Amino acid sequence: MSVELLNFIETVLNGLMSGVMYSLVALGFVLIFKASGVFNFAQGVFALFAALTLVGYQTGQVPFAHLINELFGTNYHNWYASMPNFLAILLTMITMIALAWIIERLVLKHLVNQDPIILFMATIGLAFALEGVGDLMWGSDVKVLDVGIPSGGSIWLEEATIGLAAEGSDYYGMYIDVLNVWATVIAVFLVITLALFSQYTKTGRALRAVADDHQAALSVGISLRSIWILVWAISGFIAMVAGIMWGTESGVQFSLSLIALKALPVLILGGFTSIPGAIIGGLLIGVGEKLAEIYIGGFFEIGALENWFAYVMALVFLLFRPQGLFGDKIIERV
Amino acid sequence: MRIKQLLIGMTASVIAVSSYVEMAIADLKFPMLVYRTGAYAPNGIPNADGFVDYYKMINARDGGIGGEKILHPECETGYKTQVGVECYEKNKKDAMVFQPMSTGITYQLIPKATADGVTVYSTGYGRTSAANGKVFKWVFNAPVTYWDGASIAVRHILKNNFGNIKGKKIALVYHNSAYGKEPIRTLQELSKKHGFKLMLLPVDHPGQEQKATWLKIRKARPDNVLMWGWGVMNQVAIKSAASIKFPMDKFIGIWWSGSENDVLPAGQGAHGYKSLTFNAPGTNYQVHADIKKYVHDKGEASGDGSHFGTVLYNRGLFQAMVQVEAATVAQKIHGTSKITPAMYRDGFENVNLSAKRLEELGFKDFAPPFKITCENHGGSGLAAVQQWDAKAKKWNMITEYMYGDSSVVQKLIAEDSSKYAAEQKITERCG
Repeated sequence: MSVELLNFIETVLNGLMSGVMYSLVALGFVLIFKASGVFNFAQGVFALFAALTLVGYQTGQVPFAHLINELFGTNYHNWYASMPNFLAILLTMITMIALAWIIERLVLKHLVNQDPIILFMATIGLAFALEGVGDLMWGSDVKVLDVGIPSGGSIWLEEATIGLAAEGSDYYGMYIDVLNVWATVIAVFLVITLALFSQYTKTGRALRAVADDHQAALSVGISLRSIWILVWAISGFIAMVAGIMWGTESGVQFSLSLIALKALPVLILGGFTSIPGAIIGGLLIGVGEKLAEIYIGGFFEIGALENWFAYVMALVFLLFRPQGLFGDKIIERV
Repeated sequence: MRIKQLLIGMTASVIAVSSYVEMAIADLKFPMLVYRTGAYAPNGIPNADGFVDYYKMINARDGGIGGEKILHPECETGYKTQVGVECYEKNKKDAMVFQPMSTGITYQLIPKATADGVTVYSTGYGRTSAANGKVFKWVFNAPVTYWDGASIAVRHILKNNFGNIKGKKIALVYHNSAYGKEPIRTLQELSKKHGFKLMLLPVDHPGQEQKATWLKIRKARPDNVLMWGWGVMNQVAIKSAASIKFPMDKFIGIWWSGSENDVLPAGQGAHGYKSLTFNAPGTNYQVHADIKKYVHDKGEASGDGSHFGTVLYNRGLFQAMVQVEAATVAQKIHGTSKITPAMYRDGFENVNLSAKRLEELGFKDFAPPFKITCENHGGSGLAAVQQWDAKAKKWNMITEYMYGDSSVVQKLIAEDSSKYAAEQKITERCG
């Protein structure tokens, strides 16, 4: 095989892997939008908050320590030296469920039957408030997140592919970050679990009923509020997974909330209401932007294409299929 | 009776307010443009803490500068240029100096501050050609500029290649902003001079996703990578370099890509990464002992005090020290402690931080000595290379402080500043 072809395959593979990371964020958006019609602008901050909380629990950090010390003249920083990863993840999940409950109580409950734009504005407010609370609770230092997921280039793949190039060519194997492989495995597991949950459990069926028709679901005795809490909690859990993956890659810091921007073109492409759409959309965006950066950018000798090229792809797609690849077709009856 | 009491109360209030205003004018106002929130907060906070702790220490230990207390109101910019300009407008009255902490904001403030008669000090960042004091009367960027930095990095690479880098490939991974683009012109000139091939790799804000950039590096296999990054871009770049097994001792960041924040998330992978620096890390300096005694031990530390001695905290101390020294010099020149912004600028232009003076100020061996003159607002142009030891979790200085390539840098400064002078119709001074 020629080195050019191998490089092309490597770019596509890396694009797919990056796409999975975007899909992880997009999944949270889709779940909430499907169940409640709310475009949750705070999803990126959810991921940040979950990752901050996880590191906080892992390292035994006292929440609001700075505030407490400032107010009472104390000097509290850490409760304990470390906590096992499993326990820290479990506690973070409980925190995200509690957060979903608080959001339902303080925000959503009061906005039932409001226009979608009002709910959207509420989530913008929620994003800023949660970012502020996260800062107060855990501080804004860069935090190292390690839950034992391996990262770095795959030596196995490098060694397995080094011989594929034509003899005498200067090629040293294909590159893939092991962390991204793990993200793919986890994303697949998440999607299968979500599919099984929604198909084969009573709560899952109730969730689908609410997603299909709020009024009809209410008429058969499904509690809209419990379903909302549940769906926001699941979305919080997905945000935690996304936060772990992204946080492991770059350290946990406030720029993590901006990963939401990576999910927007994915949603436009895949549709706001489809879980497979979030996955396929992510993969397409991931591959598209990497190919654009390396091949179009390389040809014209320009760089930094990958951020905006994803949006170009999404906009082009909007022209032909506004509801996205798998989104529900919009039919307005007059 | 009630009316009488009311009148007395009102009179007392008016007297109190007017005496406060009088006191405020007599004090020296050093507004701070900070970013304690947002994507760049992890870097903004330690730097701002360094400033605040130094000002507090001077107020507590010396009673201020020449008896005048330092006022240091903060304005949050979030590293956003437009917000930075608004902060400047809000705080410019009676301000001695602005430290924008962003090259984008600095570019916007240069014409404004020049028209308003306010000093702008961009320590080792901002518009490089502002080093030419003949054109940029109100702007200072000592002790070293980005163009010096670019040529110092190339000098270090030259040294490691026995003086010959002809045919070598050097990649520049840069923040796709005014800041990141600053060294390109110099590197292009140096590439012509030394015969190396320059690869330019921009990374968009904030730099969370750089996979394509590092795939390009993996394919092109440059001999060295230079980085002009900030915030999360640094952490992701260092981690990505480690992940593709790029030799870390051939990866050199500018001084804003060389803090503990940048290397810690990459763990052992960051071992051997290099960056330039113009100040030392650590707490073994007199200034730290004084801050501990007069500020931290009294529970007055800015933030939670956890950044004490880190690279960016120490840089904040250094920046604040230069600003305070400029006021001290201005007071001496004009024979009054109650200096005006114009007097302050005169002081800045006569700052002479010799080794002896640095020692007197508690900064012995903390940074190389430098002097500011009417012609030279860029200082000594000295920087050293530090290397990260991931096991010990500390930076080690591995070179002496070095000069850049003045034959290239000075020519570019002259060209760029003349262009600016022509555009703005500025007559060169210092005659």
